[in-house]
Formats: sequence, C-alpha cells, structure tokens
Amino acid sequence: MAPTRRVLLQRLALLMPTLRWAGDAAAQAAARVATRPIPSSGEPIPLVGLGSWITFNVGNDPRARDACADVMQAFFAAGGRMIDSSPMYGSSQSTIGHGLARLGPKAPLFSADKVWISSGARGPAQIETSRRLWGVPRFDLLQVHNLLGWEEHLPTLLAMKAAGRLRYVGVTTSEGRRHRELEAVLRSQPLDFVQLTYNPLDREAEQRLLPLAAERGVAVIANRPFREGALLQALQPHTLPAWAASELGCDGWAQFVLKFIVSHPAVTCTIPATTRVDHVRQNLGAALGPLPDAALRRRMAAHIAAL
Amino acid sequence: MSEWWTYRPSDFLLFSPRTYYRLFELYNAEVWPGQLPALALGLLLWVALWQRRPWAPRAACVLLGAAWLWVAWAFHWQRFAGVNWAATWFAAAFAGQGLLLWLAALVPGGRIEAPARAHRLGLALLLLALLLPALGLLLGRPWQQAEVFGLAPDPTVLATFAVLLLLPHGGARARSLRGASTVWWLWPLPLLWAGITGMTLAAMHAAAAPLLPAAALVALALRLRQGVN
Repeated sequence: MAPTRRVLLQRLALLMPTLRWAGDAAAQAAARVATRPIPSSGEPIPLVGLGSWITFNVGNDPRARDACADVMQAFFAAGGRMIDSSPMYGSSQSTIGHGLARLGPKAPLFSADKVWISSGARGPAQIETSRRLWGVPRFDLLQVHNLLGWEEHLPTLLAMKAAGRLRYVGVTTSEGRRHRELEAVLRSQPLDFVQLTYNPLDREAEQRLLPLAAERGVAVIANRPFREGALLQALQPHTLPAWAASELGCDGWAQFVLKFIVSHPAVTCTIPATTRVDHVRQNLGAALGPLPDAALRRRMAAHIAAL
Repeated sequence: MSEWWTYRPSDFLLFSPRTYYRLFELYNAEVWPGQLPALALGLLLWVALWQRRPWAPRAACVLLGAAWLWVAWAFHWQRFAGVNWAATWFAAAFAGQGLLLWLAALVPGGRIEAPARAHRLGLALLLLALLLPALGLLLGRPWQQAEVFGLAPDPTVLATFAVLLLLPHGGARARSLRGASTVWWLWPLPLLWAGITGMTLAAMHAAAAPLLPAAALVALALRLRQGVN
C-alpha cells in the first residue's frame, strides 16, 4: 500500500534535522576553505572546484550516477562550490543534474558550463539544452569551449550577462593549445574568466597568460591539474617530502600539486575531477592550511621536476 | 580543428574504461537471453560455411546485415551515444553496412570458392568472433561484460571480416551494378570500425586493442592476394 500524504510528511520531518545538519556542516566547511575573489565582482570562490571531464560521463548507469552524486555531496559538504562541465563531456551534464536534483536547491553551487558548437546561431539552443540538463535556473559562468567560434559566441554570452541571464563570461583552452589566440582574446574582450591548463609540469601559462589575466582583472580556472591522473600516477611511487607535510600540511601528492597550482597569485581556482568521495575530500583539503610562498613554490616545482 | 597535430587518440576518449565495460554489463542484462540465439545462429553459420553449403553466403549476408542493424540501433544509438556523441555517426554507419549486406544477399552470387587457406582463416576468425566472450574472461573481464556476436560491435565486425574472406566474388550482375565485385563494397566500413575500436581500446590501454585491426589487416591482405577474380 502506498504511504499516505501524512506518513510521507512525517518521514520528511524525520529527515529534516539530517538535511539541516548537512547544510550547517557545509556552511562551516565553506568558512574554513580558502577562497580568492573573482576580480570582476569581488565574489569569493573556493580555491578548489570540481571538474567533470570523463569522470561524470557515466551514461544512464544508475549506480555510477549515484556515485557521482555522492562525490558532489561530499564536495559541497567540504566547502566546494564550482562545478565545471561542457556539452562535449557526453552525459556529464545530466549526471550533474541528477546529483543536484538529489541534493536539493540549497546546494551552494557555482555552475560553470560551456558552449561548444561551431555555429554561433546554434549556441543559444545548446546553452538552453545544457541548462535543462543541469536543472538550474541560470548558469553562473558560461565559457566558449576551446575558443570554438568565440567571435560568434561571445556577443551572445555578453548579451545574456547584460540581460541578467548569466553572471560571468569566459573562454577556455586546454593542454597549451591556441595560447597565442587566447592572449589576443584576453587583450581584446571583456572577459570575467579564462580557463587554461596549469600544473607543476605544464607551466607555459606563467610566461604571458597568467600575468596578462592578472593585469586585465580576469579570473583564471586551472584545468587538468593532474594531467587526467597521469601526473599523480607518476608521483605515486615516490615518497612525499617531509617538508610538504610540515610546512604545507599536505597529506599526499594530490594536495601538493593542487597547492602549487592555486598558490600562483593569478590563479583563482582549479578543477580536479574524480569519481571518489575520499579523493574529493582530499582535493578540498588543499584549500585548507598554509599555501606556499614564491620560494617554496620554486622548491616544489624543482622537486617534481627532479623525480 | 586547429593545431590538429597536437591531438592524441586519448584526447578523444570521453569515458573511462570502467564506464565502457559497464555499458556492456548493463546492455547484456537488458537483452538477456538474446545472447543465446545470437550465438546459436553464429554457430549454425559457422557450420554452414565450413561445409561450403551453397546457401551459406546469402545466409551470412542476411544474418550479418541483421546483426549490423541491431548493433546500430540497440548498441550505438540507444546506449553508446549516451557516453559518446560520435556514436550517433557510428549508428548511421552500422545501419548503412547492414543495408549493404542485405543488398549483397540480393545479388546472385555463387558457391564459396575461397582457397583452403582463406577458408581456414575465415572459419578461424568467425570462431574467434563467437568465442570473444571467453577471450574477455581470459583478459580479466567478468562474463557479465562479455561482448557477444550479433549484439556488440567488435565481434560482429570480426565475424564480418571472416565472411568477407569467404564470400564469392560476385556474378556478372554485381559487376554491372557496381563495376567491381560484390564484396569490395562491403569492406570500407568494417575497416573503418577496426581502426576506431583499435584506437579506442588502445587509449584505454586494453590488452585486446590490436585484435580487430590485426584481424582486419590479415583478412584484407589475404583477400587482396586472392584478387578480384
């Protein structure tokens, strides 16, 4: 027999303390997590976000979708906010939508998605499809993915922002591609965000793009922090140096790498992707405790380069 | 795509190996017990080709055509497209190949004329296609994730290479239709898939990655040695 409305309400009431606790815990965690302001608005954003490339592309597999929702729940509970995705990432957007629906409207989400289509005229329809898949009223940030058709998409995104249907506008590249063109876009367009690859081994952005972003007041999202896991796999056989734990509070290589990335003064946040709850907590841990200064950053880079 | 030379096959891999293999697990559970008739029909085909039955080439084209169409719809369109946007194109290509195989079944052919070596290799490839689930077990994949002939793309394409080795070269009507013997129109799409699946599995560091490309090359080389006539 189906439960009556009264029984359902009673069960919901029993759940309420749990939900409230989860919200309180997230608020407390958020207070501890280090943030950096988005230059164009001053809004603080946690140093560590959550990517969804490959990890959240799980199709209609209910078990895997629930596992991703668990990762999102742990991410928010640990003080995270920014989740990044793209129409290019297969079913990742609908997986995020599934997680958000499970977590409810109070999740402290900063939604970052992309437009990825060569035709500018078809951009708005793709954005609307993405929005429905996420199940959000509007996106916080929309980026032109890999600069594809940026000349046509940026006017659309800027018009959406002017109309209040979008909060921030950005562009992305990855793996060091099209940096010259990215530099030209950074110089000429009124961007809020730029996304590029930056980690202890991929440091080309330090030469021109990161200083330019700082000069132009553009927030930087560092993608591929672990080179899709390959960097951590390469580091795993080596022992974490004792000074990483004593001086930075690192509990593993993941935090070592992330602290290096987000301690660059021009980087606003980084977006590691994972399918594991313990890893997402560990990643958020990089936004706690001390960050390295310039001298320690040089030591960290030299240590990794020497391995 | 600018700076295309900087891209690697792994850059186009949108999903993890775990997601890919789980796709087969869920698919197998949903189509069960369809695996049994698919394998039984494959085994019957193998026996008919082994005995060089006169109706075997036409039956092979009909059966394989149905398999390609099923894989196009049930695997690529309904399931793989959920994690790989390119799978909608794969679905169209598989449907096209299915129709081509049915068209080949309409063209008057002949008896199986393959020389003994090609005949043996064709039968071996078809047997390998039918036994692919066992190979998966040997490589450490659970049987629930088996890729089964007629339902999954790789064993279906492997079986197609086997049959393409054994098909007769086509009669006069086929020549007047296409200007070449029947079987040659049936090669491009399976070869293309062998390349795609080889790169996909290689990007996932799967041990089975070279299997289909190697089978394709061996089958093609042997068929080329036989010549058009």
